[in-house]
Amino acid sequence: MALPVADRSTAKPTSTFGFIFKKAALSALVALALFSLMIGIRTEAGPSGQLIYWTRFGDLAAIVAAVFVGSILIELLRQWLGPAGTRTIVPPRITEGLSVASRFLAPALLVFALLVPVTFYNQRYLLDLGILVLTYVMLGWGLNVVVGLAGLLDLGYVAFYAVGAYSYALLAQYGLPLPLLSTAYPFITVEHLQLGPWAFWVLLPVSGLLAALWGVLLGFPVLRLRGDYLAIVTLAFGEIIRLVILNWQDLTGGPNGISGIPRPTLFGIPLNPGPHGLAGMLGIPFSPTHRLVFLFYLILALALLTNWVAIRLRRLPIGRAWEAMREDEVACRALGINITTTKLSAFATGAMFGGFAGAFFATRQGFISPESFTFQESALVLAIVVLGGMGSQLGVALAALTMIGGFELFRGLEQYRMLVFGGVMVLLMIWRPRGLVGHRAPSVFLHRERTSISSDMVKEGRG
Amino acid sequence: MTVSPDILTVEHLSMRFGGIVAVNDLSFAAKRREITALIGPNGAGKTTVFNCITGFYRPSGGSMRLVHDDGATFQLERLHDYRISKVAKVARTFQNIRLFPGMTALENLMVAQHATLMRASGFSLLGLLGVPSFREAEARAIDVARQWLDRIGLVDRADDAAGNLPYGDQRRLEIARAMCSGPALLCLDEPAAGLNATESGALSDLLLAIRNDFGTSILLIEHDMSVVMEISDHIVVLDHGVKISDGEPRAVRDDPKVVAAYLGADEDTAIEVMESGT
Repeated sequence: MALPVADRSTAKPTSTFGFIFKKAALSALVALALFSLMIGIRTEAGPSGQLIYWTRFGDLAAIVAAVFVGSILIELLRQWLGPAGTRTIVPPRITEGLSVASRFLAPALLVFALLVPVTFYNQRYLLDLGILVLTYVMLGWGLNVVVGLAGLLDLGYVAFYAVGAYSYALLAQYGLPLPLLSTAYPFITVEHLQLGPWAFWVLLPVSGLLAALWGVLLGFPVLRLRGDYLAIVTLAFGEIIRLVILNWQDLTGGPNGISGIPRPTLFGIPLNPGPHGLAGMLGIPFSPTHRLVFLFYLILALALLTNWVAIRLRRLPIGRAWEAMREDEVACRALGINITTTKLSAFATGAMFGGFAGAFFATRQGFISPESFTFQESALVLAIVVLGGMGSQLGVALAALTMIGGFELFRGLEQYRMLVFGGVMVLLMIWRPRGLVGHRAPSVFLHRERTSISSDMVKEGRG
Repeated sequence: MTVSPDILTVEHLSMRFGGIVAVNDLSFAAKRREITALIGPNGAGKTTVFNCITGFYRPSGGSMRLVHDDGATFQLERLHDYRISKVAKVARTFQNIRLFPGMTALENLMVAQHATLMRASGFSLLGLLGVPSFREAEARAIDVARQWLDRIGLVDRADDAAGNLPYGDQRRLEIARAMCSGPALLCLDEPAAGLNATESGALSDLLLAIRNDFGTSILLIEHDMSVVMEISDHIVVLDHGVKISDGEPRAVRDDPKVVAAYLGADEDTAIEVMESGT
């Protein structure tokens, strides 16, 4: 490890006062240029429509001074924390402590999640928020297979979410089409099999499979693409799906969306106020919270299923091949691994979980429209994965909780919400550039010990 | 029926990149259970030959025939990239080490057994359910990996990231990884590059053990002449994409054309020697 030493020796002269002063002056100059028009001059429409303006040089001076002083303070703080060139900002003892704590964090979070509907039974807002967070946890875990394990940067993940949601909504409304059966067997008189109260449970796997199919379809054209190019094509794919949904009015209702999507049932028992509803059968007074609690446990189960499958797959040869592909594609080919099927299986697996989540989203909302499947959703899920630490299941769960929960927490700040949010993101990325959980746990051990691989070694993948 | 004594027969192999001829009408054979070395000065086209054999390049012309011990024959120029490793059982290492640096040494060896494990896991479906037959297959794969780690002296570091291992260990781990895929022919691209005398001695022992204990045929590119002369059964010398000598180590060493090519004699002298030889 000769590198940090060399860095320190070259970085030494930079710690002088002159350097700090110069840096601060430069920052102040940039601030002056930026804010001179934004803050220095204020324009407004006058009473008769003419432009009036006045100057606010006092405010401008205050901001430039704040940048100057702040820049000096930050530089001093940085040098106090450690010499420039060393990369560990967090002392190793704290990192170790965190890794010990993280061992108990996952079970604690699970118990907490299981108890949420009991603890917050009367707070519908919190239950709703919990369902939202869990949906994003599930999406994050699904995308993690593609981005975290296989190292394929997918910016169009929302497409599969949309495919899942629309598959469920359309098939639940029109029924399962039986074109072949009804011609082959004349006694089958219906062309569409109506699923009634079982719609959700039959269509959940169907939605997942259809989304997986689209995952494979997307996978083929992007097999040879890597990095930025892959990101752009997947981004375009997400937009194509959204635009098709928006414009195929006969089928999808276009911008009006689809309403009246069947709500989920407890294995055939509807959660409604009627005598055949769950409340009626149990003889307890009906409350709309029942459905909320049911939805909460449903998405929790779906998310845990995603987690279980993802963890299992990682320890199977296919998961190891995904990670090997992320590390070095050429070496994979030399070892007889078929890159085509490996990539497609990663896309399909990730897409399938997106499809499950989409079906859940449709049944929970009862109404879907293309507006729910914009690029913003893709970006949010990707941010969750990156923030969580690519490939880490716990990290993704924590990141989803932080991002979606934080989003709600800062609601009181109104238009400054995004500003605070962006600031927190930047700080987190400085503090933990490899995400909240930046270690990779090996998938197989020879000696039964807990070891983890520092993220410095692990590649992000360029494909 | 007796199987051909040559595991690999290369005939009239040519590789052109645009107007540049990297390999020109090369023919040679590698014998079964022998170490064949491919040597030559820098830029002679050795790695290009390797890339053709292992399917990374599609040759412009010529044929490469691989015959397994059981007589199964493969035309390598017709096989598609990963299938050369999976079906024809040709494994390779790289000039600049290509391990999976973020995965442990053990994981690297497990990835090499992908094809076997994939079948055992029922293409992931049975593995997902954790059926006993897959667990047994996985235990066997770990056992194979352990034996190789033992052979290269890395059992204690099995759970360390491959990227954290010392350079010499990484070289040997890459060879072990190639061997874990159960190859009939092992192609090594400069395995002794960057090793010190002790390490290259250990490498020679490892390669001889692979030949003697496993009966694996080895094709070797190497610049370190002490290693080449010590372990090779047969040497093919390339210069500017053309074969200039072919034979036993002793004969090749005394070949004036090889001496001329290697000593970097100035061009006129080299041409003189070449012409006098033919």
